[in-house]
Amino acid sequence: MRRFFILLSREISSAFHQPLAYVVLFFFLIVTGFNFQAGVTLLNTGPGTVTMVQAFFNTVYFWFPFVLVFPLITMRVFAEEAKMGTIETLMTAPVRDTQVVFAKYGGCLFFYIILWAPSLLYFVAFQKITGVNAAGAVGSYTGAYAMLLLMGLLFTAIGCLASALTDNQIVAAIISFAAILGFFFLGLLSFLLPSTGSFLGELTYYFSPVEHMVDFSQGLFDTRPIVFYVSSTLLVLFATFHIFQYRRWKS
Amino acid sequence: MIKVEKLTKRFGGFTAVDGIDFEVNKGEIVGFLGPNGAGKSTTMRMLSGFLPPTSGRAQVANFDVFKDSLRAREHIGYMPENVPLYTDMRVNEFLRYRAALKGVPSRRLKERVGDVLELCALKDVEKKLIGQLSKGYRQRVGLADAMSHEPDLLILDEPTIGLDPNQIRLVRELIRNLRRHHTILLSTHILPEVEMLCSRVIIINRGRIEALDTPQNLRAHLGQRGHILFDAIVPDARIAASNLRLLESVQSVSHRADGEWTIFTIQAAPDHDPRESLYRHAVENKWRVREISRPPVSLEQVFAQVTSGEEA
Repeated sequence: MRRFFILLSREISSAFHQPLAYVVLFFFLIVTGFNFQAGVTLLNTGPGTVTMVQAFFNTVYFWFPFVLVFPLITMRVFAEEAKMGTIETLMTAPVRDTQVVFAKYGGCLFFYIILWAPSLLYFVAFQKITGVNAAGAVGSYTGAYAMLLLMGLLFTAIGCLASALTDNQIVAAIISFAAILGFFFLGLLSFLLPSTGSFLGELTYYFSPVEHMVDFSQGLFDTRPIVFYVSSTLLVLFATFHIFQYRRWKS
Repeated sequence: MIKVEKLTKRFGGFTAVDGIDFEVNKGEIVGFLGPNGAGKSTTMRMLSGFLPPTSGRAQVANFDVFKDSLRAREHIGYMPENVPLYTDMRVNEFLRYRAALKGVPSRRLKERVGDVLELCALKDVEKKLIGQLSKGYRQRVGLADAMSHEPDLLILDEPTIGLDPNQIRLVRELIRNLRRHHTILLSTHILPEVEMLCSRVIIINRGRIEALDTPQNLRAHLGQRGHILFDAIVPDARIAASNLRLLESVQSVSHRADGEWTIFTIQAAPDHDPRESLYRHAVENKWRVREISRPPVSLEQVFAQVTSGEEA
């Protein structure tokens, strides 16, 4: 376990050692800030049915940086080590392959959490300044942030898988971007198809991130998406582990 | 320390290492010699637990490198070819991380890192980013990393490649000093290096071990087949050469002129030394003699002979 934490702290610090990290953090803050401002403007237009939390988590301005950020966080993790050859020194130290995979995944996840942490302040500020409740209930916060974390679990894992597939960071980024975008747009089909009676409609509803977020940001906890995200994360990590091992053994 | 049995590695249809066997005892420095693509790096990668073999077994410090990989790795310090390092870390930070990762307890970290910094003469760059270091320094950082957890065995893949002569000397000196505490397996192209450092040599070619002996023995073994130089002033070189051919155990004689001197190159039968009879022959014919010698065979010649497919 000590080795895992050594690896994890190395992954976290290496994530912050690169200039790209700060560029991402900076632009991410700008876009989410703009998203928040757009939410406030929406609430200002007159009486409506949505809360601030719902307005924040269900706009294009939310989804755009959300989807875009995963390839940037994860493209580096495996591809860079493979390219630099440091994978050889890393894997000849007495560490297990699983420890390495989980540490790298954990490092990315940590960065993702750091990325979203400031957004909590928006709602605090909103409540302090306007005196209006940002959410209908506490469940709305927990729902929205739980969904944020759940989606983060899966998409970070997809990014790690893409990075383990190649020595080239750009290729890794493109693969994960394509996979995440494909997944995201397939989920959008549930808005186009009738939700009852059509098999495809029900199926896409089941894995549609947008639908999940609509439900969870209202504080509606549905166990199905939770099971879906956790189990598919494990599946993708399992695949990452095997690809990581396979590519090393072939080298 | 190392025990390798029938170790084989195939990549698709290509056999990189073909059923090699060898042993390395504690305290030895063994040189791994071979042309590019002979299977040196592949063997070293297998020994260090990075690559699994197709078949065969390897043990380090009595732990199977594949079945008991983690424990075997604790006893190995491995420095890969070209010394890959994290360029975003500082030297001391990197060594600290690596030592901790390889199981040095927290309370001893500072002392260990200090020791290897000292040993590898890295004190003056300990706070520098590895990305800013020159090749020579990086090589030493790699070496410091390899021995940071005090492993019993050091596996060094071409530790002096790409260095300038001064740096090569430094690294060699370092390796020589390490022999007191570590068993060392190193690979190299540079033959004098092997003669200077190693107690035994393994010559590998096309995945097979072609020769395994001390550098002296290898040379002596081939020295028996070396030629003899014989410089004399003779009345007629061609007649002299044909007379020399008649001497016992002389197989062939060639000659060339060097001013008034004639230099004969004499090939003797294996395990025979005709120098004495050459001398007597010269005295009988009243030839003036400048040299009768048997030039020592260099490891270079051994290497060339062994790896070019001629029988040794």
